[in-house]
Parts: sequence; C-alpha cells; structure tokens
Amino acid sequence: MENEVNKSKLKLAIYWGAACGGCCVSVLDVHEHLFDIVAAADLVFWPIALDIKYKDVEAMEDNFIDITLFNGAIRNSENEHMANLLRQKSNVLVAYGSCAHLGGIPGLANMSTRESLFERVYETSESTINPEKTRPQTRVEVPEGILTLPEMYDSVLALDQVVEVDYYIPGCPPTSDRLLEVFTAIVSGSQLPPKGTVIGAQEKPLCDECERKKSENKLVKRFFRPWEIEDDGETCFIEQGLICQGPATRAGCGFRCIQGNAPCRGCYGPTSDVLDPGAKMLSAIATVIDADSPEEIAKVIETIEDPVGTFYRTSLPHALLRKKLFN
Amino acid sequence: MEYNPTIVSFLCNWCSYTGADLAGTSRMKYASNIRVIRVMCSGRIDPTFVLKAFTEGADGVLLCGCHPGDCHYHEGNYKCLRRFHLLQKYLDQMGVDKKRIRLEWISASEGKEFAELANEFSETIKKLGKSNIKEEMKVEDKKSPESAVHRPARMGLQSTVES
Repeated sequence: MENEVNKSKLKLAIYWGAACGGCCVSVLDVHEHLFDIVAAADLVFWPIALDIKYKDVEAMEDNFIDITLFNGAIRNSENEHMANLLRQKSNVLVAYGSCAHLGGIPGLANMSTRESLFERVYETSESTINPEKTRPQTRVEVPEGILTLPEMYDSVLALDQVVEVDYYIPGCPPTSDRLLEVFTAIVSGSQLPPKGTVIGAQEKPLCDECERKKSENKLVKRFFRPWEIEDDGETCFIEQGLICQGPATRAGCGFRCIQGNAPCRGCYGPTSDVLDPGAKMLSAIATVIDADSPEEIAKVIETIEDPVGTFYRTSLPHALLRKKLFN
Repeated sequence: MEYNPTIVSFLCNWCSYTGADLAGTSRMKYASNIRVIRVMCSGRIDPTFVLKAFTEGADGVLLCGCHPGDCHYHEGNYKCLRRFHLLQKYLDQMGVDKKRIRLEWISASEGKEFAELANEFSETIKKLGKSNIKEEMKVEDKKSPESAVHRPARMGLQSTVES
C-alpha cells in the first residue's frame, strides 16, 4: 500500500469512536470540494468509505499519517485502542466533532451505569425477548475458534481524556465550511496555532453573532420546551422563554440552528476561558428568572425539565461532575 | 479521630464577610472546618465555583449574602438565590445530596448567627459523611503515566491546588 501513496501528498485519516457517523458524513458535505481534498491529500484510513483494516494501520510506521480527524467519544476498549493507535501513527491528532471534543451526546450515558444500560437494552426494552438474560461476552470459544468483542466501559470519555490531542474542531457535526477553512490552511502551509487550540470556531459567544432581536431586560416567568410555544421568528429565544445555549456557546457554526428557528443546543462547546461547560449556561439561565421569592423561583425552575440534558447536552464527560453519582 | 469535613464558604464582602469577621472579633468560637472565600457579592458566585470546590474535595459548600433587599449592588443576592435553586436541582440530578450546599443570608451585624450557622452546617455535613465526588470524578490516565490527568489548554484554568 505504501507504494501507492504519493509522497508529496498529505496523508489523511478519519476514524470514528463512539459516534453516530454524522461527523464522517459531514466530511462528504463539502460536496465538490472533496475533489480539492483528494487532490491535496491521500485518505489512508477511513472506515466509512474505504476498506482499510486495523491491521493495515498497525503496519504503518509511527507518525506515518499527517492528520487524523478522530470523531466520536471513547466508551469501549476498541475506541480506546484505536485512539492510542492513531495517536502513535499520526503527526497531528484532531478531536473532530462534539463527541471527541467534549463527549457529545453519547456522553449522556454517564447518567446511567453500564449495568443499567445493559439491563435496559438486553432485558427490559419493549422489543426485547431474552428470557435467558443472554448478554454479549467479550470472549467466547466456539468450535471455529475464539470470538471477541470490545469491553464496554462504565463511563464515556472525551478523546483528550485518553490520549493527547493537538487540535479540536467542535460541532455536531462541524460545519463543512469550517472544515474546509482548516484544511485549506493546513495545505497552504500557514502557521498552525498552538497545540490544544480549538480551531474552526471563534472565541466569542454565539449571541454576538445571532441576528435575532435582543433587549437588555431578559425576564422569564416560565420556560417552555420548543413545541409548547409558537416562536415569532425574530425575538431572542431566551426572551421568549426557550432555553437557548447561545450565551455560553462558541460562535463559528454560522447559527444555522437559529436560522432554522431552533434554539442553540450548545454543540460547539464553551469559549476557551470556561472551566465547566454547563455551569455558565446554568448561571445565565438562572439570572433571567423573573421571581424573587424562593417559592416563586422554585416554580419557574420546575419548568426546566432536565438540567443535565439541557445544559450539558453535548459536554457531560468534560464537566466538573462528569457522571452521575450512584451511592 | 473524629471526622472533620472540609467546608468551603463564599461570603459576600459587604454583609456576610463582615458578619463572619464580627464573629471573630467578638471571640466567638465556631467550627473550624469552614474555609472562607470572600467575594464582592453573592451574585459573583458562579456555579462553577461550587462545582470546582466539590471536585477538589469539599464536603460541603456554604454561600452567604446580604438579606434580600439589602444587597450592596441592589439585586446580586437575588441572582445568587435563583442560581442556588437551579444548582440544587442540577446537583440532585447528578446524585449529589442537596444538603451539601446551603445558602443563608448573614448581615454585617449577625456575627452570632454566622457562628451558629457554621456550627450547624458543619454538623449537617458530618452526618452526611465524606463526599466521594473528588474520587469519583477523577479520570484515571490509562496509557501515559508520565502525563497525569490530561486537561487540555482549551480549559484554560488549570487546577494547581493541592489539599
């Protein structure tokens, strides 16, 4: 395989851990620019599109790959093994997308234990018939040989909690425009930012970019879930009583959700000076509550259905409290 | 040896810190496990402070501000109150006992009340026992022992506090 690889071209790998596949597809969303990418880079590993096996990656020399875009979180031994392997084989390892960046939607599994997830999936779910309570085993001997499966971990981790990461491209999925910008910058040989930088996004919050009408006095008597209210299409979502993550989320996505009349869900993560992704949002939302007595405040807060799922929707594994405590 | 909880308290500069100071200058004895951090206003208490205190090993967090209507900045204490209620709901969802965090109003003249509050809260936390948050939230570094827990530069504030 090495012989086929043009030495002057960049070697690019794209891999998925615990992901939905959307990040891999988002790379295809660059449409005809994919030809520009292929002209400048050889894709040496990309399970969604190319039939290259893990053993082929293992056979590569260390640092053989120039850039690896790793999407997906780490929640089993296979994800972890591949994260380590790709770290070893890549010059630049990029956490691509919310799951690799902060843990993403799979990270919400940190609100359950592995045991309770297995019980639900293999025993109690409505579509399951499993009277013998069979569970997948990591190792089974059959006449034909030994079969193995990766081991599922008790909690979900972001990529940088397992291996060192050079850059982060946030988003669920990252917008293809940002990916192209980053890729063009690398190919044109521009100076790379310092290690650990979030690239393809901005340092200011989304509210700075958002074009909806905002007033100074944000006061909310109750919060609504999106289907409970008719959005007027132009006023700030928070002023209408909808929880929008804009105040605590990085700009750079082009506020496409908001243009589609959906409040921001925070997939780009917080700006770089924020330690805990959801606490800032929790703080911002609490201050718009239009009530002063504890009883009234409690009533308004009752309308916030699921604080963890709302404020830490794509970032739970990177929160200060990264998983639920079961005592 | 008796279990001695670690309690981090955030006191507002204008009322509660002065109140705690009054307890001191009046030579009142109160539970010594309260560590006081002075903030300009209870409205300055970012929920991150509370979560950080817990993940660094605090067993309880006490927030104190001026009585409603008395805030030096007019409404900072109301903001604190709203954040406190939402934070409690969040902590409850995360499986953290709500009783580990408490908000009380202490005026500059309430030294005695502060001393009583410190003793009472300290007793509550003693009954709850040691918090396992610090232990549970650690991310064990699996493959590279030379670099301890890898927190990226993105997160900016790096923890350097050692207890």
